[in-house]
Amino acid sequence: MSVYPYLVAAWLLGVGLYGVMSSRNYIHLIICLTVVQASTYVLLLSVGYVSHGKAPIFADIPTSSVTVDPVVQALTLTDVVVEATVVALLLALVVQANKRFKTVDPNAMTRMRD
Amino acid sequence: MRQLAPLAVAVPLLGAALLVFFHTLLPRIAAELLALGIAIAACVMTVLLLVHVGHGLTVYWFGGWHPRQGVAIGIDFAVSAVGAGLAAFVSLLMVLALVYGIHYLDVRHPYYQVLMLTFMAGMVGFCLSGDLFNMFVMFELMSVSAVALVGYKVSEGAALEGGLNFAVINTIGAFLFLLGIALIYAHTGALNLAQMGASLRHGGDDRVVVVAFTLIIGALLIKAAIVPFHFWLADAYAVALTPVCLLLAGAMSELGIYGVGQVWFTAFQGALGSHAHVVRPILVGAGLLTALWGGAMALTEDHIKRLLAFVTISFVGVFLIGVGLLSEAGVAGTSVYVVADGLVKASLFACAGILQHRLGKVGQHRLHGRGGGLPATGIVFAAGGLLIASLPPFGPFLGKAMIDDAAIKAGYWFVPALVAVASALCAAAVLRAGARVFLGWGDAGSDAPDLADEDTEPETRAGHDRTPAIMFVPALALLAGALATGVWSGLPDLAATAARRFTDFGGYHAAVFGTAHHLGSATSSAPEWFDYAYGAATVGLAVALTGLNLWGVRVVPGWRRASAAAAFAIAPIRTLHSGRVGDYTAALTLGIGVLGALLAVSLL
Amino acid sequence: MSRGRLAIALIGLVLLVGGLAWGTAGSYGFGHYHALYGRIVARDSVPDRSATNAVSVTTFDYRGFDTLGEEFILFVSVAGVIVLLRRMRGESGRDESLLAEEDRRASESSRWLGLALVGPLLVLTVYIVAHGQLTPGGGFQGGVILMSAVAFVAVGGESVVLLRLRRASSGVELAESAGAAGFAMIGFGGLVATGTFFENFIAKGTSGLLTGGFIPLANIAVGLEVAGGLLVVISELFDQRFTRERS
Repeated sequence: MSVYPYLVAAWLLGVGLYGVMSSRNYIHLIICLTVVQASTYVLLLSVGYVSHGKAPIFADIPTSSVTVDPVVQALTLTDVVVEATVVALLLALVVQANKRFKTVDPNAMTRMRD
Repeated sequence: MRQLAPLAVAVPLLGAALLVFFHTLLPRIAAELLALGIAIAACVMTVLLLVHVGHGLTVYWFGGWHPRQGVAIGIDFAVSAVGAGLAAFVSLLMVLALVYGIHYLDVRHPYYQVLMLTFMAGMVGFCLSGDLFNMFVMFELMSVSAVALVGYKVSEGAALEGGLNFAVINTIGAFLFLLGIALIYAHTGALNLAQMGASLRHGGDDRVVVVAFTLIIGALLIKAAIVPFHFWLADAYAVALTPVCLLLAGAMSELGIYGVGQVWFTAFQGALGSHAHVVRPILVGAGLLTALWGGAMALTEDHIKRLLAFVTISFVGVFLIGVGLLSEAGVAGTSVYVVADGLVKASLFACAGILQHRLGKVGQHRLHGRGGGLPATGIVFAAGGLLIASLPPFGPFLGKAMIDDAAIKAGYWFVPALVAVASALCAAAVLRAGARVFLGWGDAGSDAPDLADEDTEPETRAGHDRTPAIMFVPALALLAGALATGVWSGLPDLAATAARRFTDFGGYHAAVFGTAHHLGSATSSAPEWFDYAYGAATVGLAVALTGLNLWGVRVVPGWRRASAAAAFAIAPIRTLHSGRVGDYTAALTLGIGVLGALLAVSLL
Repeated sequence: MSRGRLAIALIGLVLLVGGLAWGTAGSYGFGHYHALYGRIVARDSVPDRSATNAVSVTTFDYRGFDTLGEEFILFVSVAGVIVLLRRMRGESGRDESLLAEEDRRASESSRWLGLALVGPLLVLTVYIVAHGQLTPGGGFQGGVILMSAVAFVAVGGESVVLLRLRRASSGVELAESAGAAGFAMIGFGGLVATGTFFENFIAKGTSGLLTGGFIPLANIAVGLEVAGGLLVVISELFDQRFTRERS
C-alpha cells in the first residue's frame, strides 16, 4: 500500500501526543515530543520519495539519473536542528524546575493558582 | 532600497552574534547601547522599507535565485504595506522595550540583549517572508527567543511553569505547522506562497488541502492564542520580564493572526476561496469565543499581569474576527486595531512593570491603595483602560469601528454588540485594578484568591524609591501613540489601500513572478453614528461594571448573590486554566481535531 | 491522568490522527513525487555550483536564508541555555568532591577509549565538513561529531574537560559566535560583492574540494557553530550535576 509511510507518521503523532498528555515525568514528556518530531521527519521525507530513485548525490551517478527530492531532505535537516535546540532549552528549564519544585512531575508543578 | 528587506533581519542577527563574540570586552552599558542602536537601525530600515513599498509589492529573491520554469527555487521576501507596516511596528516596540530595560533591569548582559535582538529579527522576518518554510523558520526563531525570555526568572517557580507550558505548547504547534507544510508541498510542489496559490487554483480542493490548511492555521492560531489553544498565554505573559511582555502582548500574538491572513490570501484562497462562506463563520466564531472568554477571565484575575494577559487574549479574538471576515475591509480594520491596541497593551504592561519596580508586587489586593504615590503611572493606566473600552475618537475605537463595519457588511450584525461586551469586560477589569491600586477604592482583600506572586527576586535592581524616566517615558510614549492613531485622519485610507494589496491574490502572484500589477488605492468610510454609539456604550458599560465591582456590595441589593452566582458560573472555566501542560495539550489536540472536522465536513 | 483529560485526549487524538491519516490517504502515493521543484534542483545543482551533493546546495545556496535562520535558532538556544542555567543566588559553586567521586568510579578502559577516539573523530570531522558539498555530510554533521569527541572523553571519565569548557577563557563560546557571525557575514559578502544578499560570490570551481562557491566556507562556519554551541549546552547541563546548593 502506498500510503503506509503516511500512516506511520500519523501514528507517531498520536503516540507522541498521548505521551505528552499522560506523562508524569518531564524528561519523559520531552522524549515524547521527540517522537512527535519523528512524525514530521517521516512525513517530510516520504513526501519526497521517488520510486526507484537514487540519493541526490551525483558524485558517482550521472547527473541525469532519477533521484529523490533533495528539497525535503534540506527541510528535514533544518527541522532536525531546530527541534534539537528546542529540546535543549526545554531540558534547561526542567533542570531548573526540578531544583525549584523538587520534582519532575508536570502535574505537580503548578504554583500559579489553587 | 530593496536591500533593506534582508538587512532588517540580517543586521540584528549579525549584531547578536557579535555581541556574544565580544562579550568579555563589553561593559554592561555598552552592550545595552549597542543593542539599542541596532534595534533603532532595524526600525529605521523597516520604516524606510514601508515608505518604499507604498502601494506596491516589493519582491526580493535571496541569492539571486529567480524562478525557473515557473517554479520558485529560492526564498523570497514579498513585502507589501501590511507586512512592512507590521515589521516597523514590531521594531518600534522593540526599541521602546530595550529603552525600558536600560540600566535597571536585572539581567545578564549581553545575553538578554542578544535574545531580544534575535526575537526582533524573527518577528520581522516572519512579516516580510513570502515562502512558507521560511515563515516556519522565522516562527521558530521567534518562539525559541521568547521561551528563553519568558523563563528568564529561573528562581521563580511560576516563571519556570510559564516557560515550560509555553515551550511545550508552541513546540507542538511548530510540529503541526511542519506537517501541514509537508502535505501542502506534496500536493502543490511549492514552498513559495505565490506559486502555491497558483497551483492550488488549478489543483482544486481535495482532502490534502483541507488537512494541510487545518494544520497550518491551527499552528498559527496556537501562536496567536485563540481559544482553545490559549491556555499557555496567561501563564507565560504573567511571569515574563516586563519589556518582554511589552513585545509579546504588543507584537507576537498579532503575528499569528497576520500569518493566518497571509496564508489564506496568498495561497489557500485559490483552492478554498469559493468556500469562504464556510471558513468565515468558523474563524469569526472562534474569534468571538476568544474575545468573550478573555474578557470574562480578565475580570476574575487578581494578578495584574495575568489580567492583562487575558485582555491580550480577548483582543486577539477580535483581530481574528477582523481577518476571519476574509475581506478587504476586515483586514484594513484589523491593521489599524492591531497597531492601536498593541500600543495600549504595551503601555499597560509597562505600567504594571513600574508597579513591580516601585512596590514589588503585582497582585491587586496586596497592592490595594499603595499606588497612591504614583499618580502619573495611575493616569496612564486609567487612560489605557478607557482606550481599551474604545473611547472615541482614539486609535482603538477607530480600529474597532472599521472591523464592526466590515462585519455588518458581511452580514454578521451581532458582532459589534458582542465585541462591545468583550471590550467592556476587559476595560472594567483594567479600570477596577487601577482604581483599587492607585486610588484605594473598593474593599481591600476579598473575592479573588491571593495568588502566589512571589517575587523572590525583583526584576529590577536599585532605585526602587522612584520611577526612572527610562521606564516611564516608554509607557507614556506608547499611550500617546495609541491616542494619535485615532486622530491621524489619513490612516483609515492608508490601511484600506494596504488591505487591498494584501488580499489581492492575482497581483501577488504576478508580482512575485515578474510582472508588476497596479492596484488602485482604496478608501475607507469614516465611522458611522452607530460606531460612536457602540463606543460610548462600551465605555459606559465598562465604567458601570467597574463601579459595580468596587462598590456593588454596598450599593446594590442582591449584588452579593449575583456576583456569587457569576463566580460559580465561571469557576469551571477557571479550573480549565490549571497550569498543567497535559491538560493544555489535550485541549489543543481536541481543538485541532474539531477544527479539522468542521472544515472537512463543510468543505467536502 | 484525570478522567476528563483522558476523555478529551482520546476524542482529540482520534480526530487528529484519523484526520491526518485520512488526508494523506488522499494524496499522491508514496513514491509518486511529481513536483518540478525537486527535479529542477537535482538537475541544476551540478551545472550551477559544480557541487555534487544536491542537498547541500539546497541547504546553503538555493535556500541559504533558511539555514541562516536555523543557525541562529541554534545560537539563540545556546544563549537561552546559558541564561537559564546561570548561577543563582542559592548556589555556591562546584562540588569538587562529587566530581572526584565520579571520576574515581570510571574505569580505566573507558577513559583510555575516550581519549583514543578523539584523534580519529577529529579527522572524521574535518573530512565530513570539507566534503560537505560533494558527499553526504557538511557542517551540521561534522559539528556534531566534533562535539561527540569531547563528550566521549567526558563520559569516559575525564569529566573536568567538559567543565573547563564553561570558562570564558575557553574558546568555545568564541568559536560558536564566530561561526554564527561568520555565516551571517557570508550572506553580507554576497550583498557587497554582487548586490544580492546570500548570492554566491565565489567562483564555482570545476571539481574536487574547492567547488560550490562559498559552500565550503559556510560548512566550516556551521561546523564551528554547531560544535561550539552543543559543547556549551552539554557542559552547562553537565555542570548542573555538580552544583552545590547552599541550604
